[in-house]
Amino acid sequence: MHSPWRWLLPISFISTAAQAQSSGWNMPVGVTDISRDIYGLHMTIFWICVVIGLIVFGVMFYSLFRYRHSKGAKPATFHEHTTVEVLWTAIPVLILVGMAVPATATLKNMYDTSEAELDVMIIGQQWRWRYEYLGEDVAFNSSMSTPWEQIRGEEARDEHYLLDVDEPLVLPINRKVRFLMTSDDVIHSWWVPDLAVKQDTIPGFINENWVQINEPGIYRGQCAELCGVNHGFMPVVVHAVEEEEFEIWLAERKEAAEQEAMGVDREWELDELMARGEPVYRAICASCHQADGQGAPPAFPALVNNDQLIDDLDWHIDRILNGVSGTAMPAFRNTLNPVEIAAVVTYTRNAWDSDTGDAIQPAAIAEKIVQ
Amino acid sequence: MAPKLPPQHSLQHSSTAVADGQAPDAHHETPKGVMRWLLTTNHKEIGSLYLIFSLIMFFIGGIFALVVRAELFQPGLQLVEPEFFNQMTTMHGLIMVFAAVMPAFTGLANWMIPLQIGAPDMALPRLNNFSFWLLPVAFTLLLSTLLMPGGGPNFGWTFYAPLSTTYAPPSTTFFILALHIAGISSILGAINIVATILNMRAPGMRMMDMPLFVWTWLITAFLLIAVMPVLAGVITMMLMDINFGTSFFDAAGGGDPVLFQHLFWFFGHPEVYIMILPAFGIVSAIIPTFARKRLFGYASMVYATGAIALLSFLVWAHHMFVVGLPLAAELFFMYTTMLIAVPTGVKVFNWITTLFRGSISFEPPMLFALAFVVLFTIGGFSGLMLAIAPADFQYHDTYFVVAHFHYVLVPGAIFAIMAGVYYWLPKWTGHYPHERLAQCHFWCSIVGVNLTFFPMHFAGLAGMPRRIPDYALQFADFNLVSSIGAFFFGASQLIFVLVVVLCVRGGKKAPAKAWEGAEDLEWSVPSPAPLHTFETPPVFHRAQHGE
Repeated sequence: MHSPWRWLLPISFISTAAQAQSSGWNMPVGVTDISRDIYGLHMTIFWICVVIGLIVFGVMFYSLFRYRHSKGAKPATFHEHTTVEVLWTAIPVLILVGMAVPATATLKNMYDTSEAELDVMIIGQQWRWRYEYLGEDVAFNSSMSTPWEQIRGEEARDEHYLLDVDEPLVLPINRKVRFLMTSDDVIHSWWVPDLAVKQDTIPGFINENWVQINEPGIYRGQCAELCGVNHGFMPVVVHAVEEEEFEIWLAERKEAAEQEAMGVDREWELDELMARGEPVYRAICASCHQADGQGAPPAFPALVNNDQLIDDLDWHIDRILNGVSGTAMPAFRNTLNPVEIAAVVTYTRNAWDSDTGDAIQPAAIAEKIVQ
Repeated sequence: MAPKLPPQHSLQHSSTAVADGQAPDAHHETPKGVMRWLLTTNHKEIGSLYLIFSLIMFFIGGIFALVVRAELFQPGLQLVEPEFFNQMTTMHGLIMVFAAVMPAFTGLANWMIPLQIGAPDMALPRLNNFSFWLLPVAFTLLLSTLLMPGGGPNFGWTFYAPLSTTYAPPSTTFFILALHIAGISSILGAINIVATILNMRAPGMRMMDMPLFVWTWLITAFLLIAVMPVLAGVITMMLMDINFGTSFFDAAGGGDPVLFQHLFWFFGHPEVYIMILPAFGIVSAIIPTFARKRLFGYASMVYATGAIALLSFLVWAHHMFVVGLPLAAELFFMYTTMLIAVPTGVKVFNWITTLFRGSISFEPPMLFALAFVVLFTIGGFSGLMLAIAPADFQYHDTYFVVAHFHYVLVPGAIFAIMAGVYYWLPKWTGHYPHERLAQCHFWCSIVGVNLTFFPMHFAGLAGMPRRIPDYALQFADFNLVSSIGAFFFGASQLIFVLVVVLCVRGGKKAPAKAWEGAEDLEWSVPSPAPLHTFETPPVFHRAQHGE
C-alpha cells in the first residue's frame, strides 16, 4: 500500500495522470475498443479542463497579486466590453462542439448491439447476479465469496477482498457478446470498469449492452446502484478466456447441469443433502440470515430456534419457493434448481442446533414447483 | 452620494433581531419570549430564524456525514451496520439539501431582499411566518423516523423506486409527509419572494437595477414554484404505491421504475440550481465590493442566470445515462448538458474580469467568495466531464460523482452562504466579525474541504462505487485521507459558530456602510439594521449605481 503522505504531493497526481495507465488513481484503459475510446475521451476532456483552468486561475491569481489594495492599487472603471463577452461565449461553444463529435461517435458505437455471437442474460437480485447463457441451457448465480469473518475483521483480508465471487461470468475473448439485463427486485447496476460496461438492471425492463474483450484475464467490478442493505457486497467477476477454452467450459457446464437435473429423480441421503446445502446457504442465504442462522431481527428473522419453520415444513418450503412479499425475501423457484432448494431446506432444518433429521427430496420440490 | 436614509424615528427603537429578545415596537404590543418568535412577521426576525435553523441542521447533517466517514476510515465494518450506514447517507443528503442549504438561502433572502430593494418588509409577512414554522415540523418528523421500528429512510436522498416503495422500511410514509411539508414551505417562501421583488422595489429601481442577489433569487423562486409540485407529485405516487395498492413504479403491476427517475430528476436538476443560483448572487455582491470596482457584465450575468435556469429543465436525464435511454435521448441530454458550461463560464469570466485592475483587499467575506470561484469552477470542470455521456458510463454512481457534487455544494453553495454571513453580519449585528478567527475558520475550511473531497475524484476513477459501507483494499488510502479531512472540516465549523456568537455579543462597531466598496441599498440603513427599515421608500439614485 502507498504511504498516505504521497497525497500531499500534487506533483504526484500530475505525473500519474500523464502516464495515463491504470495506476489506481485514474480510470483504467480497459480491455475493449470501447473502453479505450472512453478512456481517450476522458483524458481529452480532462486536459481541456486543465488548460482552461490554468488560464482562468492564472488571470485570477495574477489580478489578486497585482491589484492589491494594500499596495495602493487604484481601481479601473470599465464594466462592459462587448467583443470580449462575445468571444468568451463563442470560444467555449467551439470547444464543446469539438468534444461532442468524438463523444457522439463513441456513443453510437456503444449502442450498436447488433450481430452478437453470444447472448448472456444478466439478472440482478438482492444481492447476487444471475447469468443465463441464452440458448445454451447454462445458468448460475454468482455471489460474493469473501467470508463475513474478513468483513468483520476476524480474519486477515485477502487481495481481492469484497471483489471475489463463487462463480465468475466466463466469456470468450474476441467475440461480440450481447448482454440482456434485467432485475428480479430493485434496480441494480452491473459494472466492470475494465470493460467500460455499466448498465442498470431494472425490474420490468430489459436493457442491452455488449462487449468484445481483447485480452484474456479476470476483470472485477461491483454493483453501482444502491440496491439495499448488502449493496456493497455484490461484486462482479468476469473471467475472459480463449475461445477454445470457453467452448470446453460451456460443454462442462452443460454436462453438470444435466447431471444435476438427473439427480432430481433419485433418492438423496441426509449427509449428501447437507453437503450440497451448505455452499448454497453460504452463497445465497447467509448475507441476511447470517452464517450461524441467527439473522438480524426484525428485518431478517433468525432460522435457529424458529418454531414455525421447524414445525411446518410446507410453510418453510413455500417461503423459499415464493418469497415473502413486502420483505427482502425473494422467490427462489426460478433461480435455484430443485436439488439446490431441497438441499438448502434440509441444511437449514439440520444445521446448528436444529436437528430435525428431515431429508427433503429434490423430487418433492420439483413437484411443488410444477404446481 | 448615498440614497436618502429612511425616516429617523425608527432609529430610536433600533435593535438587532439576533442580539436581544425584546425589541420594543412603536406600533403595537409585542409578545414576549417564545411567543414573539412564534408569531413574528418581521422579515429580519424570520430571516434570523431561518439562518439559525439551517445552522443547527448543518451540524446534524454534518454529524451524519461524520458517521459515514468514520465507518469508511478503513476497510471492514467497524462502527455501524450496513443498514444504519444507508440511513446515515440518506439522512445526510436529505438534511443538507432540504434543511441546511435551502433554508439558509431563504434566510438570507428574507433578511436582505427587502433591504436591497428598499422595501419595508416581505410582501406577505404572515405567510412568511408560516413558511418558516413548517420547517421545524417537517424535519423533526423526518429525524424521528430514525427512531421508528425498521429505521429511517435507507434508500439514498434520491430515493429511487422500487427500493423506496416496495422494499422500503415502514417509516417511508412519514418521510413522504415530512417532504411534503418542507415542499409547501419552499413554495410559499418562493411565492413571497416573487411578490416582494415584483411589487415592492423602491421607486426608480428598474428590474435591471436590482442587485444580482435579488435577480438570482427571483429566478430561483420561479424554479422552486415550477419544480416543487413535481416533487410533491412523485412522492404522492410513492405514497399511493406503498399504502393504496397502486403500481406507478411497480413493474409487477404494470408500472415503470424509470418513470420515477424521470420525475425525480425533472425536479432534481432544477433543484441543484436552486442551491447554486443565490450563491452566484452573493458572490456577485462581494467581489465588486472588495475589488472596489463595478461588477463586470451585469447584464450578461442576469442573462446567464436566466439561461442556466431555462437549461435546467432540459438536462434532467444526464443523471440517467446508464438506465438504458434511447440513443437519441442520450445525445440530446449530452448536448444540452454541455451547453450549460457556456453561461456558467460567462459568470466565472465576469467575476475574474471584475477582479482584473481592481483594488483588492482580503476581508473574510472576500476570502470565501474567492475560494468559491476557484473551487466551484473545479466542480464545474468535473461536471463538464460527467456531461460526456460515454465517459459517464464509467463515472456514473462512483465517488467521482460524489466529489463533483460536493465541490459545487460545499465550497460552492455553503462557502457562498458563509461569505454572505460574514459580509452582512455587520449589518445584522452592528459589529464586525472577529477578523483573525474568521481567517482561521477560512483556512481550516479550505484545507478540510479539499482534503475531504479531492481524493474522492481518484477513488471514483479507480472504481469505487458510491453508497457502499465497505470497500476493496485499493481504495483504502483515498478513504483514509477523506475521513481525516472530514473530521477536520467538521471541527473547523465550530470556529464559525464561535465567530457568529462573538459578533452578536459585541466586537468592533460597524458604520452604516460597513465595507468601503459596498454600494447596494442595504448599506444606507444604520448598522445594526433597525427592526423596521424603509417605512418610507427610499429614492433610488441610478447614478450611484453606475449609469
